[in-house]
Parts: sequence; structure tokens; C-alpha cells
Amino acid sequence: MDVATTMPAEAGSAREKMAPPSRFGDKAFEWLTLGMALVVILLVFLIGWQLARGSTLAIQKFGFHFLTTSTWDPVAEQFGALPFIYGTVVSSLIALLIAVPLSIATAVYLTELAPLWIRQPVVSLVEMLAAIPSVILGLWGIFVMIPWLRDYPFPALKKIFGWTPFFTGPIYGTSMLAGGIIIAIMILPIITSVSREILRSVPNLQREAAYALGATRWEVTRIAVLSYARKGLFGAMILGLGRALGETMAVTMVIGNTPQIAASLFKPGYTLASVIANEFTEATTDIYLQALFEIGLVLFGVTILVNLLAQLLLKTMKSSLTTRAVQ
Amino acid sequence: MRQFQGMTIFSRFGGKLLGLTIAFGLSASASAQMMINGAGATFPYPIYSKWFDAYAKVDPSVRFNYQSIGSGGGQKQILAQTVDFGASDGPMSDDNLSKAPGKLLHIPTVAGAVVVTYNLPGNPALKLDGPAIAGIYLGEIKKWNDPKLTALNPGTNLPDQEIVVAHRSDGSGTTFIFTDYLAKVSRDWKSKVGSNTSVNWPAGIGGKGNEGVSGQVKQTPGAIGYVELIYAIQNKMPFADLKNADGQFVKPTLESITAAIATAQIPDDFRFSMTNAPGKDSYPIAGATWLLVYEQQNDAAKGKKLVEFLKWAITSGEDMAKDLDYAPLPAELRDRVMKRIAEIKM
Repeated sequence: MDVATTMPAEAGSAREKMAPPSRFGDKAFEWLTLGMALVVILLVFLIGWQLARGSTLAIQKFGFHFLTTSTWDPVAEQFGALPFIYGTVVSSLIALLIAVPLSIATAVYLTELAPLWIRQPVVSLVEMLAAIPSVILGLWGIFVMIPWLRDYPFPALKKIFGWTPFFTGPIYGTSMLAGGIIIAIMILPIITSVSREILRSVPNLQREAAYALGATRWEVTRIAVLSYARKGLFGAMILGLGRALGETMAVTMVIGNTPQIAASLFKPGYTLASVIANEFTEATTDIYLQALFEIGLVLFGVTILVNLLAQLLLKTMKSSLTTRAVQ
Repeated sequence: MRQFQGMTIFSRFGGKLLGLTIAFGLSASASAQMMINGAGATFPYPIYSKWFDAYAKVDPSVRFNYQSIGSGGGQKQILAQTVDFGASDGPMSDDNLSKAPGKLLHIPTVAGAVVVTYNLPGNPALKLDGPAIAGIYLGEIKKWNDPKLTALNPGTNLPDQEIVVAHRSDGSGTTFIFTDYLAKVSRDWKSKVGSNTSVNWPAGIGGKGNEGVSGQVKQTPGAIGYVELIYAIQNKMPFADLKNADGQFVKPTLESITAAIATAQIPDDFRFSMTNAPGKDSYPIAGATWLLVYEQQNDAAKGKKLVEFLKWAITSGEDMAKDLDYAPLPAELRDRVMKRIAEIKM
């Protein structure tokens, strides 16, 4: 109050008297934020270094073969990570294939089409899905989802797509596909929430301009909203992928935990995160424990690699977008 | 304004909390209880916590803190001397024992059994023997009406159904006992797979924990799996009678487990395996669980309390075992263990 009334009167003279404003605050702020950012980077390097240190023996013993062989035998102390790498990548891809269209469609409905009174309840419900503990979801998966999948959708899939190698063989329920589906459920909320925020940040001018040109609702959504937000939506997908790669408990319950590489998605698989969760507590010999550490290191590497690939994809996507715009 | 109110509430509450913490801290340090730390096996966790609880009434001056982090973790922590005692569902290997800074004693406490559970139409009573189980888990016996299975079960109509094999995917003492048994009864199993807390399974689907395997078995018609006896009893799952080393079919019960310990060959360091034990009443897939303590205790006061507790556990503690579905040690073995406990030096 005081300041507000006296300001205008003194403003002129104050400006003459004042020295140029100190830049100290700005600098301090810059250093502070830089420091915070560095802490995050440092943390990533520390994790990588610690994992590498914990697995030196295994790296020396198995070398590159660790990544290219498929035997995981704690009795004979032979360790190869290939089936786990395969399982992690494939289950995450299945999850993305299911979750991305669902999430983006939900986000489009919530921002563009849904009546206002529906929006908040649906948003809350989707966010509640994120709050379900992983292990609960896993038990639900094994006692409810698996029997249902085994009795209805899986036989139907086999009937329709049985001629492809992906849907052949006996159906047990627990399978790579079930693992992918449970991950999809777990990454739905994050992709939906982020996509919704991105679509909401699309300026209304975009939509109005498209409507003014006589576009239908679908055309407005497709041209003015979705392509505008494309980059952001891709980012949402990468966030989802990051979660998918590291999902552990729920996946372990339904994927069947068998280290094998099989084309059929009905066959059980295994992921990097699952084998660590399964075997770490009871690993008694050094080389066994070190091999599990190396699995952690591989998971770390796979995550970084997949993210880099995604960034690269984003770059090429952007350039193809601009060329099309020029044409 | 709203924020302001919130702030005062917070500071008032915070103040009280701080006061409470200080008061609590003071009272805790005033009574100065001795804390004995342990870590390890998950299988005996229910009975160990019952023991610690009951022992608090016997000797209120000592408290136990037990973390059930798994046998591997228990062995690691006692080797690193970060705990006062370790616990393991399998005896330590010579290799790991050689890493110990002092002589480590194995103190057997209770035993449990692993049962073979299944999901068949109507769940008929089933009889199995070692070679049959090994054949199933090797992936050689593929159907329920295989002649090897029908020969063991005359009069039971076994269906022409594929056997879906389920096993533990997480490393566990249960798997150790199960594979240890299979390695004893099947040469093929011994050479191809071996025994450990987790192995390279030639067949089947892995489920995490007892609940993962039982879920797999309950949900899949024609499935077979193995779980702890306690878990099968509590969840009312069917389990097979097994043919023991004497050729008798035996039901897994606390009595048939104790009978197996009584007939098992037990060396003086108590690192024994009691699978496929002789004797007509012995259930063949059973195993003990151990506490791991150093023969030479560094902290005399703590060591004395620990020894007092161990003596109590092997006498009064054993009597509580049956109520929690654990098999107690037979009397003769208890005497041997008591003698060993008395040798712990401070």
C-alpha cells in the first residue's frame, strides 16, 4: 500500500539517482539453475559408473558375448543377456503400439470434443490409474487379465492372424503379449496427461483459422491441432517409452519369465528389469551378482540408446515436415 | 490469507511434532535397549518375528531387528559383518564360507517342505515319484496320461491333456530345495540343470514368488507347480503324495518333515541337505533354514544376549513352530545344536 502511493511521486528523481541495476541476482540465478541441471547430469554419470564398477568381473569374463548369447545358467555360471534385451525392447514396443493411439485419442477427445462436465471426471480417472501400485496391477494381471486374455482375445487373434509367425503356438496366457498389454495400461496415464497438456497449449487461433477456411471438425483436429502438436506428442510418447523400459513388478507377474527369443507373442519372455528383481536377492556368488549388475548396466544403455534413436527420429520427422510445408 | 493460515497451522503442528520427537528421543535413550540386528531368509520370517516378539517378554532389555531381504543378502551381510546374525534357507557354499573373517556357525532352526501342486479336472489325489517329477520338469513327460504317470496312479483317470509346467522365477530357497531333490533322484537333472536358488529351466513358465506360481497353476488347466507347504495349506491347494527313498508314498505334513530331519545325514557343521531322506515316514522334498553367527563374538555384551536368545529359540522357540506350520527340529538334533551354541565365545 505504502509503496504503491509513493512510487509515482518519487519515480522520476529515483531514476536519476539510481546506479545501473545490479546484475548479481541474474547471475546468481543462472549459476543456481546451472548447478541444479549439473546435479542431474552428474547423477546419471554416477549411476552409470557405479553399475560399470559393480560388474567389472562379469565384463572381463564374458566380454561382448554377454550381449550376444542366450544362456542364463546360474548353476554353470554362464550368463548372456540377449533374450532379456529382446524381451525389454519387444514388450515396450507392444506397449507403445497399444498405448499411444489410445492415449492420444483420449487426449483429443478430452480437449477437443468432450462436453465440459465430462472432462474433469475422466481426467481424474485416468490419473488414478497411475496411482495403482505396480504389484497390485501385476496380481490383477495374473488372476483376472490372464485368464480372460487366454479365453477370449488370444484365441481370436490366433484365428485371424495365425498365419503370421507372431500369433502361433499354444496359448498359456502368460506371454510376451500379456507383458506388453500390462505395460500399456501402466503408461497410458502419463502419455494421456502429457498429450492433453500439449493439445491444450495449441493456440485457439489455429483452430479458428481452420474453421474459417471451412474445415470440418475432423479436419481441424487433424490439420490445425495434431500436426501443430506433433513434436510435443512425440515427446509424450518418449516419456511413456522411458517408463515402459523400466517397468518391473507388474511385467514380471505376467510375462512368464523365460529367457528365450521367440517370434510368437504367445510365448513367454523375460525383461532386463524383471531378471534383476527376480534374482538379485538370492544371488550368492560374486560372478552371478556381477552379471546381474551388468544386466542393470545394459538396461541403462538400452534406455539411453532408445531415447537417442527417438530423438533422431524426431529430427528427421521435423525436417520432412518443413520440406512438405515448403512444397 | 489462506496461505497465511496454513502457515500458522503448519508451524504450530510442526512445533508440537518437534517437541514430541525430542521427548521420544529422550525416553528412548533413557531406557537404552540393546539392539541385535539380523538379515536374511524370507521363508522363516513369520516364525522369527513371532520369536522376537515372544522373547521381548522373556528378556525386555534386548530388541531384535530382522530384515527379510533374502538368503543371498543375509549371507552377504553376515560376511561383511554389517549384522549380528544372518539367516539363510540354504547352507553357505565353501567358497562363500572361505570369505568369512572368522568361523561362521550354521544354526538350524526349523524346517519346511516343498509340495507339488496341480490343476486337473476335479483335482483327484495324485501320487508322484522323483523320476516322474524330473521328467515333467525336464520337458520329457508332456502329457498327463503319460504311461509313467498312469502307472503311479492306478484307478485315477488322468486326462489326455498337455502338462503346463510352472516354476519360481525369483531366486529362492524353495527352488534350491526342489532342484536339490531332483538332482538327487535324476542323473539327467543333475548333469543338465543342477541345483541352485535359480536354475536354467529346460521347460515351463516362471512365476514370481509362491503367489506367482500358485496363480499360474490355479489359472491354467493342466498346470503343475511347486510351492511351500505352508502356502499350499493356507490357500487350500491340492498337493501330491510323493514316493520317498524307502519306496513309500508320503503326504507332506509337519510330522513327515521332522521324520526326514531325524533320518537325514547331518554333519557336525550342520550344513546338511535333507531331501530324499531315508526312512519310511520321511517326506522327500524338505529343507531346513539356518541362522548364521560367528563363533567368536566381537561385542561380548551383545554376544552373550545373542547366545541366550539362541538357546531359548532351540528350546521354547521350537515349541511354537507347529502353530505357524513350521516343522520343529527333532530332540536329538536340538541337543547337538545346543552343544554347538554353548561353544560360541565372547
